[in-house]
Amino acid sequence: MTVVNTPVQIGTGRSSVQRDVVLEVNNLRIHYDTPKGDVIAVNGISFQVYRGEIVGLVGESGCGKSTAAMGILNLVQAPGHILSGEVKINGIDLLSLDERQLREKRWREIALIPQGAMNSLNPVMRVSEQIRDAIEAHTGRQPNGKLKKEVLQLLNLVGLPARAYNMYPHELSGGMKQRVCIAMAIALRPPLIIADEPTSALDVVVQRVVSQTILDVKKRLGVSVVMIGHDMGLQAQLVDRLIVMYAGNIVEIAPVQNAFQKPLHPYTQLLIASIPSIKERKPLKVTEGLTHDMRKPPPGCIFQYRCPFVMDVCRTEFPPLLEREPEHFVACHLYNGKEKN
Amino acid sequence: MATSTSAQTGNIDNLSTASKGLSLNRFDSPWLNPKFVAGCILLLIVLLMSLLGPLVYDTTKARVASSPLNLPPMWMEGGSPAHPFGTESNGRDMLAVIITGAPRSLQVGIIAAVIGMSVGVVLGSLAGYMGGWVDGVIRTLSDAIITIPALAVLIVIAAYVKNFELNTMAFILALFAWPAPTRLVRAQVLSLRERGYVRMARLSGVPPLEIMLKEMAPNMLPWLAASLSGNISGAILASASLEALGLGPTRIPTLGMTIYYAIKAAAIIRGMWWWWGFPILTLVIIFVGLFLVATGLDEIANPRLRGASSS
Amino acid sequence: MEDTPAVPLIEIRNATKIYGGGFLQSAPPIVALDNFNLTIHDKPATITTIAGESGSGKTTLANAVLGFLNLTSGQILYKGKDITTLNYEESMVFRREVQAVFQDPYEVYNPFYRVRHIFDMVVKRFKLARNKAEEREVIEDALRVVGMRGEEVLEKYPHQLSGGQRQRVMVARAYLLKPRLIVADEPVSAVDASLRAMILDVMLRLRDESHISFLYITHDLSTAYQIGNDIYVLYQGGIAECGKTPHVIEEPRHPYVQMLINSIPVPDPSVKWSDLMEIPAEEEARKMDNKGCRFYARCPHRMNRCLEALPPLYTIREGQQAACYLYEDKHAQRQPAAPDLESVNQR
Repeated sequence: MTVVNTPVQIGTGRSSVQRDVVLEVNNLRIHYDTPKGDVIAVNGISFQVYRGEIVGLVGESGCGKSTAAMGILNLVQAPGHILSGEVKINGIDLLSLDERQLREKRWREIALIPQGAMNSLNPVMRVSEQIRDAIEAHTGRQPNGKLKKEVLQLLNLVGLPARAYNMYPHELSGGMKQRVCIAMAIALRPPLIIADEPTSALDVVVQRVVSQTILDVKKRLGVSVVMIGHDMGLQAQLVDRLIVMYAGNIVEIAPVQNAFQKPLHPYTQLLIASIPSIKERKPLKVTEGLTHDMRKPPPGCIFQYRCPFVMDVCRTEFPPLLEREPEHFVACHLYNGKEKN
Repeated sequence: MATSTSAQTGNIDNLSTASKGLSLNRFDSPWLNPKFVAGCILLLIVLLMSLLGPLVYDTTKARVASSPLNLPPMWMEGGSPAHPFGTESNGRDMLAVIITGAPRSLQVGIIAAVIGMSVGVVLGSLAGYMGGWVDGVIRTLSDAIITIPALAVLIVIAAYVKNFELNTMAFILALFAWPAPTRLVRAQVLSLRERGYVRMARLSGVPPLEIMLKEMAPNMLPWLAASLSGNISGAILASASLEALGLGPTRIPTLGMTIYYAIKAAAIIRGMWWWWGFPILTLVIIFVGLFLVATGLDEIANPRLRGASSS
Repeated sequence: MEDTPAVPLIEIRNATKIYGGGFLQSAPPIVALDNFNLTIHDKPATITTIAGESGSGKTTLANAVLGFLNLTSGQILYKGKDITTLNYEESMVFRREVQAVFQDPYEVYNPFYRVRHIFDMVVKRFKLARNKAEEREVIEDALRVVGMRGEEVLEKYPHQLSGGQRQRVMVARAYLLKPRLIVADEPVSAVDASLRAMILDVMLRLRDESHISFLYITHDLSTAYQIGNDIYVLYQGGIAECGKTPHVIEEPRHPYVQMLINSIPVPDPSVKWSDLMEIPAEEEARKMDNKGCRFYARCPHRMNRCLEALPPLYTIREGQQAACYLYEDKHAQRQPAAPDLESVNQR
């Protein structure tokens, strides 16, 4: 591997407000074994999630965002494996725990709403039973009355009518099923939820309802969410900060306003420019470019083949992720020497 | 955890599609699959024994009254190195019997299964692709025959046809071997028919026969091969069963007939385990070999069976 | 669409497709498509969008036009002839002139063969070239249209290309036959955002430079807005609203279409969805015996009138029609202009 990876530098305390960190990911590295060599799925990413915020993790297919999510939960399956890194929830490194300790932490400290979760609901169990199962799996058996109250409260939190308690999954619509999955995720009031494209399989109207449910839950419970997706419009509506990934690397982290109004990294600019507008008909921005072989990333910046602003230094030196403005980080040589002090 | 989405979502594009579960994955050689290889080895042993055996051993000893009677295998008391697996009460040498009988069992099985499979592929493809009344007729026929207790009918037929050849037996077995492959092939064709690339071929004006041969068949190959292995075992079992009941060819030694004679001569009570033991052992090796081959090919045809290491 | 004396390219007349409901079926019948009408002319080439959510009938329509399924009633006429009654020559012409690009860029490739197989198939079938050299030239020409070169893709296996590349190759294949109409069923849904523009751009160029019409099937109104001439928005098998794309999307009249457009997330963080949590009524099971408007249960403007019978398409203005009783009486006082759904509290 010829990529020179300089350690990531995240600016320390430049922003005036010191916020509670719920999730801290440090240099997470995940590789996939293939017969022809290791594919670098996640190339040493680092970021933080503060309490009560929704952070969007965007990138196109193959960028590693879902793999990263699995890494955070320590659920990476063969042929993938976590090479190195730390994932700290409330200070405890998940990657250093054994299976039993992990089980205790999961769902209490961190929960997951997987993609297509509504299809993973057990068709022969009622909604109430499934939520109870989710709770008891991580807390042990609970008295009946207490559980019932819990479940009803959860259903209320996600905006489902009480009559959903006794229904079977097939009696619910797609959106309602997904909200049941959200209810299961917040059952133990974890401080962090990872939502992997929670609305991708839903129609646009239902997508809005489910998204607003997530926003509502965040407001009422103060839970932090890592929202993985590729729909930039949705991200604009939901997230507070945006993390942009490309080919296993983080290229930009920014507050959502900055990300959309003045994106710094050329890839982010490309993503924003590609969003089709429903407001005006304008000519489509077409981009060319090859993607590289995931097994042999080029030395220097991984975006060099597609970057319209590529310079010589980009081909040899890997750009570190540096803070250019408060809370706005970018990994690009265009901004070297333009660091604001 | 909830689902298997970890494998499906957001994976490195090339990687996830490389191991996407489509029927024939070009980069999955059968030889990499341990079950397939193990099965082939077992079958190879039996084959080699059948082919090379006559060269190194005197197979005329398989004839009646060619050897001393009732000798136990050579590692037991009273046994002799000239008859390593012992002899039975008609004077046949067991090793010779195995060497000559094993290929015969394989022969019957392969002929019956190949005929049955071929008929099955043709009829099943027709039924699956054409649909309509063609499908209706073929399906009714195959479903009807499947419900007939094959062994009972075979017994009746065999009882009437005296002293028949091995191939006759194979053909008779084939009569009952074709309905099951027909149904399975039909199901496969029905599902493949809606695949994207088949629709593309239809959109390109490719005629149905060409679609079946060029688009569907290559993707069905591993599955067909696995199915064939299964059918061969079934045919061998059926023929061995018939023979064990005394309804097999009498002039030539086969594994099943040997068992028949053993039972008839009360070999169990007499403790002459080598008479029925070795034929059964050979049959078991053949069955296990075929089973492993079938399972191995099945895993290639259906990568989801390979477990968490795939996709 | 102006009236031309020439026979239209595609005419869909009262197309209806009903699944199930027969004597032996236990599930109630589902009306996938209900009396759908559409005409596409040969000239000028246009992009007609069929927009709808899952279950709207758009995929059923695509399959019917391509001849993959038989309608329960109604006809699909290609150049005046019913496509189910074509003889061999005519059906070969039909196959050549009506092509398709599908959503899943992986499934459409036979994994057993290299990528060039899909080109070889059509070149052979339709005799597009006399020898190998000519064939190569024809293929390169088609690939150039989508911005690719033969050496990049032809000898590779499908899984070695990216999703965007595979989809572009499929478009090249469709172009190769110089069709009159391409049915594009969600061609960019499975493609990365940054590559979508490339494929949509190709579609526009094919329309403008090669005069190929498109039937663009999608659930994404944003892309429809960018490239479509005309749009038909389907709801549960019937047309909710249709007309010129700018009219329908900028000023939607049918309550369903208004709800759809309001639900599209605006990619501008300073313009957020309202904080009011809106719960539209859940989609009820479709009932065959429900004679009225299918959108009744979820409609914020529902009236008793809506239960009586299916509303026909009323003309709002030149180039816009909506199937809604709100527009029944053109002289009525109440002409709601894109009502603000935020003000309607739905529970």
